[in-house]
Amino acid sequence: MSGDRGAARGDAPQSYYGRPIIKPPVWTWEIGAYLFTGGLGGASATLSLAARAAGDHRLARTSLLVGAAADAASLPLLAHDLGRPGRFLNMLRMFKPRSPMSMGSWILAVSGTSSGVAAALEVAGRLPRLKLAAEVAAGLAGPALSTYTGVLLADTAVPAWHEARRELPAVFGMSAAASAGAAATLLLPPADAGPARRLAVAGVIGEGIAMETMERRIGFVGEPYRTGTPGRLARWAKALAGVGALLLGLRGRRSRTASVAGAAMVLAGEVCLRFCVFRAGFDSATDPAYTVRPQRERADARAAAAAGAQEAGPSPEPGRIAPGDGDGAR
Amino acid sequence: MTTERADALAAPHGGNCADGWRTYGDDAQERVGFFTDTSICIGCKACEVACKEWNDVPDDGFAFTGQSYDNTGALGANTWRHVAFIEQDRPVRVPDATPPAPHPPGGDTGAADGFRWLMSSDVCKHCTHAACLDVCPTGSLFRTEYGTVVVQEDICNGCGYCVPACPFGVLDRRERPNASVVKPDGRVHKCTLCYDRLKVGEEPACARACPTDSIQFGELDELRRRADRRLEKLRAEGWADAHLYGRDPHDGVGGFGAFFLLLDRPEVYGLPPDPVVATRHLGEMWRWAAAAAGAVVALVAAVFAGGRR
Repeated sequence: MSGDRGAARGDAPQSYYGRPIIKPPVWTWEIGAYLFTGGLGGASATLSLAARAAGDHRLARTSLLVGAAADAASLPLLAHDLGRPGRFLNMLRMFKPRSPMSMGSWILAVSGTSSGVAAALEVAGRLPRLKLAAEVAAGLAGPALSTYTGVLLADTAVPAWHEARRELPAVFGMSAAASAGAAATLLLPPADAGPARRLAVAGVIGEGIAMETMERRIGFVGEPYRTGTPGRLARWAKALAGVGALLLGLRGRRSRTASVAGAAMVLAGEVCLRFCVFRAGFDSATDPAYTVRPQRERADARAAAAAGAQEAGPSPEPGRIAPGDGDGAR
Repeated sequence: MTTERADALAAPHGGNCADGWRTYGDDAQERVGFFTDTSICIGCKACEVACKEWNDVPDDGFAFTGQSYDNTGALGANTWRHVAFIEQDRPVRVPDATPPAPHPPGGDTGAADGFRWLMSSDVCKHCTHAACLDVCPTGSLFRTEYGTVVVQEDICNGCGYCVPACPFGVLDRRERPNASVVKPDGRVHKCTLCYDRLKVGEEPACARACPTDSIQFGELDELRRRADRRLEKLRAEGWADAHLYGRDPHDGVGGFGAFFLLLDRPEVYGLPPDPVVATRHLGEMWRWAAAAAGAVVALVAAVFAGGRR
């Protein structure tokens, strides 16, 4: 048995000339970048609203502007990835709960509009009531914007995404919280950045737990998160976000340098994490083993159960079944 | 703006009632589809050619794969019928379902145990619960009155969500053109089950062209009965591995509108052995997302507990 990746290819052919069973996404880097900017925008709006409620207006203003900028950056990224960018508005042609992308379009439309309005009024210093209403709308849409992307990826046939459906929204939500906290920490003097700094550290810890839980649970189909390009991105994400959070936690309160450096490292780590998850989907779709093996095991288990139910019946395809073949080369 | 009809969700997991099909009411036609009997496919590719001709599908490159007689490789934006060629070192008939003889390591000694050639014309499955249809954000993909699934090319904005959503890898985006191409594309394309031909009472081009009736078009109920009889006959003749793929209305996609009789395991033909429509778990996914969103809110609220510093 060759020790290569996807070593589930045993003696029996598991695919047609090694070709993928499913199609890898056609999405380009813009979508990976949007996973980051959308999360940053959503969580920043929520952080801003919470800061406003707590009377921390400096943090509220900073996060509001960060959120509006991130939302504004998301739009061209998404439009540019379309095969027909001119038909971008067709995204709002339906309100379709069965399509996470339709829901996401509406969430982004609400969040982007309200945070944009709120930021403009904040800068202009006018219409405080309308501004507050817009801030509340953006702040409430924020948690949805920062987590729906997990559902967006999970609702596909890509094994590394679909099997990770429980944890992906949490990974993205925590990553978004870390990004929003780090962005505000980067822009504020340490004395004013306390809550943002704590959010960055807590987000990094939360995302680490969610990611670890996911990889342990999904096992074999989670291999793309550990190998190849996404594996390298995952290691960079852990190193950058981990060291950055440590720096923020230990020195961030006293030293502006440590605060800026730590925040920048956390942000860079979150970008790596988003691209890790994004790229892992491509590797997962391209290797037929990830599609075939779990399905074959499922089908065989069902056939065995059916055979067990009617004992007199002939055993289904004896000798053809080798679930777990190649486990040793995992 | 239209809101998706709720009864799409209420469609029963069984029979031949495809998601969204009932919304047509009195205009609904009998659900139609394909039964592709691969045991009589001769690999002539007339289906591929007829499909291209009728639907004006562009070429998919003129590559030589070296993989038997297959130079199109897989279904895609420009290949709506794909004939697979599988060469196996095993007897034509396998009465006792023994495993295929593996190539001995260090060189092939030739077809000592016999040789067989499997051919199969693959196509969009027109699933009862179609993932592409579910995830399409624009409503470009829709269920026709015949129970088939079709892309409306005047609406598709090329978001590409249906591409990784399909458990069979059927859909793909026709690439954005370079400046020399007159008609821009960038949209997804797939088999329409010749929607235009159905409208005038014609059978799809591939089925019409198939010289052996390996591709049979008809009402799904009738095709299923026909397939059951065919399977029974083959089993009686000793084809122990013959089985119907996608005929079961209780499988992970609620049964295919275009199903197959295969002579080996689905993955041998490049088909998933146990496909499940991802949206089956959508409710669960939204619940996990709601929990994650709640965690984000809790975290953001908690960090203000320690004051400003």
